[in-house]
Amino acid sequence: MTELVATTPGLFPLPDWAKSELSELKGRQKVDLISGDESDQVVSAYGRARAEVVDDQFDAGLDRIVEGQLRWDDMIAHPLAVHDNVETGRISRYYDNNNFYRNPRVVGELTPSGDVAADLSAALELFDDAAPLQAVLPGPYSLTDLATDEHYGDDRGFLSAVADFLADEVESFPSHETLFLLEPSLVANPPNDDLAAAVPEAVDVVAGATDADVVVHTYFGALDEKTYAHLMDAEVAAFGLDLVADDREQTVYNAVEYGVTGDVALGVADGQNTLVESAETLRERAEWFTEQVPAADFGTVYLSTNTETFYLPVNRHRAKLSALATAAGLDREVVA
Amino acid sequence: MVRNPSNRTQFRPDDHDAEHFLLTTVVGSYPKPTWLSTVKELSEDSGAAFDDAALAEAYDDAARVITHEHERAGLDTVVDGEMRREEMVEYFAHRIPGYEFNGPVKVWGHNYFDKPSVVSEVDYDEPWLLDEFEFTASVARKPVKVPITGPYTLARWSFNEAYDDTESLAYDLADLVNEEVKGLVDAGARYVQIDEPALATTPDDHHIVGESMERIVDGISENVRICLHVCYGDYSRIYPEINDFPIDEFDVELCNDGYEQIDVFRNPEFEPDLALGVVDVHDAEVESVAEIKRNIQQGLKVVSPDRLTVSPDCGVKLLPREVAYQKIANMAQAAREVEAELDAGEIEVAAPQR
Repeated sequence: MTELVATTPGLFPLPDWAKSELSELKGRQKVDLISGDESDQVVSAYGRARAEVVDDQFDAGLDRIVEGQLRWDDMIAHPLAVHDNVETGRISRYYDNNNFYRNPRVVGELTPSGDVAADLSAALELFDDAAPLQAVLPGPYSLTDLATDEHYGDDRGFLSAVADFLADEVESFPSHETLFLLEPSLVANPPNDDLAAAVPEAVDVVAGATDADVVVHTYFGALDEKTYAHLMDAEVAAFGLDLVADDREQTVYNAVEYGVTGDVALGVADGQNTLVESAETLRERAEWFTEQVPAADFGTVYLSTNTETFYLPVNRHRAKLSALATAAGLDREVVA
Repeated sequence: MVRNPSNRTQFRPDDHDAEHFLLTTVVGSYPKPTWLSTVKELSEDSGAAFDDAALAEAYDDAARVITHEHERAGLDTVVDGEMRREEMVEYFAHRIPGYEFNGPVKVWGHNYFDKPSVVSEVDYDEPWLLDEFEFTASVARKPVKVPITGPYTLARWSFNEAYDDTESLAYDLADLVNEEVKGLVDAGARYVQIDEPALATTPDDHHIVGESMERIVDGISENVRICLHVCYGDYSRIYPEINDFPIDEFDVELCNDGYEQIDVFRNPEFEPDLALGVVDVHDAEVESVAEIKRNIQQGLKVVSPDRLTVSPDCGVKLLPREVAYQKIANMAQAAREVEAELDAGEIEVAAPQR
């Protein structure tokens, strides 16, 4: 029997009041972005915003609760952007989007920071064991891809160092049920031949730091065959796959050709479009995948947006969360 | 293919003394006077007794002031600094049936934009810019240029809930832009600039912009100068394709990276007129006249002087107002000095002569 679990990759839009309040408190320029040593007022604003997005997830009926990553001004580059041995350089385009982040330049050793753990603990205090917590981090390859290395010297060494850094962060996380590692760069800028084989090793280093179910969540399209085949070497519970992107047939092909993880996270709701899919549509999209991969008998199928949801206005973001929860509940136990 | 770039001669001032003529212009936006923001806030405060008529008067005043500021700076063609527009997509989406707004979305940091959604087929209702143009033309002593956000950018920077793809939405929007341009031309407009910054982020879609331009200029007299502005991208990915676009002028931002890309346009030969960015809009330091003259001469590597227009890289609205003014004034001064040096045979033109 397959269990359907409604969740998201996190990185939510700030509530509109928090957009205004925080832009007043912090400013709008590059130097005003998050640094890790915020004032009490800023900490307070983020705390209230976090409580609101946690409530939103309970209201929607999601099966995993994320912290929301509201402080991540630099999107998934955040864990490096706030690190002491990282300088935030030029503003760079965030993948193929009209969004920008500060390119982190790593200039010293990536020592453990505890930044993400502190936010997760603050979230968990809000709801204790009322629902399972889901942690979210960038995957080691994407974080490497979004950063510039001026310390470690070669690509493999840098990837390995970033993986160790992320593993250290996970070690200090509070108890969590699931860990999503966001890996859009595996699609948008796949590793070269030399690095491709090192990616699953790096993922395993991070995954090895937790007992939680680890999902390597990919989006902005399908993985190329070679990257997918290499990723199959990673010892993780699930891949996250983008079923909204136009090239989703390639995703099915990969799974049929190279196999797939025992659990799977399916990006069935479009995180970048305000059109709110019905719960039935979301289920159809999931079944479109599971029915074409007949060899697999999935233990858990996570129903999710394909991307982060900060691209959306708040009302549509909330509507997508509700649709996902409804979709998972339509017929909770199904045979995939 | 290009339209009729020689239509630039209509913008040569009657009292222009030099034999050579470099057309000076701006891309569009300009810093708003501080009081305009205060007035806008007042108009949104129900207790402030500041009604819509008062706000309309304030917009007229701001447009008049900035149009005249452009004239004082010495430009040959002017705009009103887009005083009535807050954001280049929102302004038009508010006027196009088929769009709706759901709230702000993040661009970067704490900078947000009310990204609209296309929820049904787009349609033409009231004119978008006719009042703006008629007012500016009534107070201007120089010819007025009209910047319009292009259909590809209007499509690409919106959520698309209603169309199969960006391309089909862009073409429907292009038909609306065509209707708008026709109305502007009937009202006397002779210089229209289509802004397509979204092309820089997705350059492989240049064919969509090309086909959109075909629709925009359909039925538009060749005496009307049509400019296409694209900024902050890798131009080698859209050149030489833009040579086939039905435009008179292609406006580029190259000052920002020190003309690293200028050679892109030298081979094959550049077909439309070149409108070259010669001051950087993201640097608050005002370029000297001498520096701008050197920048202008970069353009002479691509086109002969009779085909060169000079402008800032992009809209100047993010600069302090006095900096924006001084950059434009220095730019106009530099153009006049380069013309004199060309007349005197002191400048060598590397571009092919036609």
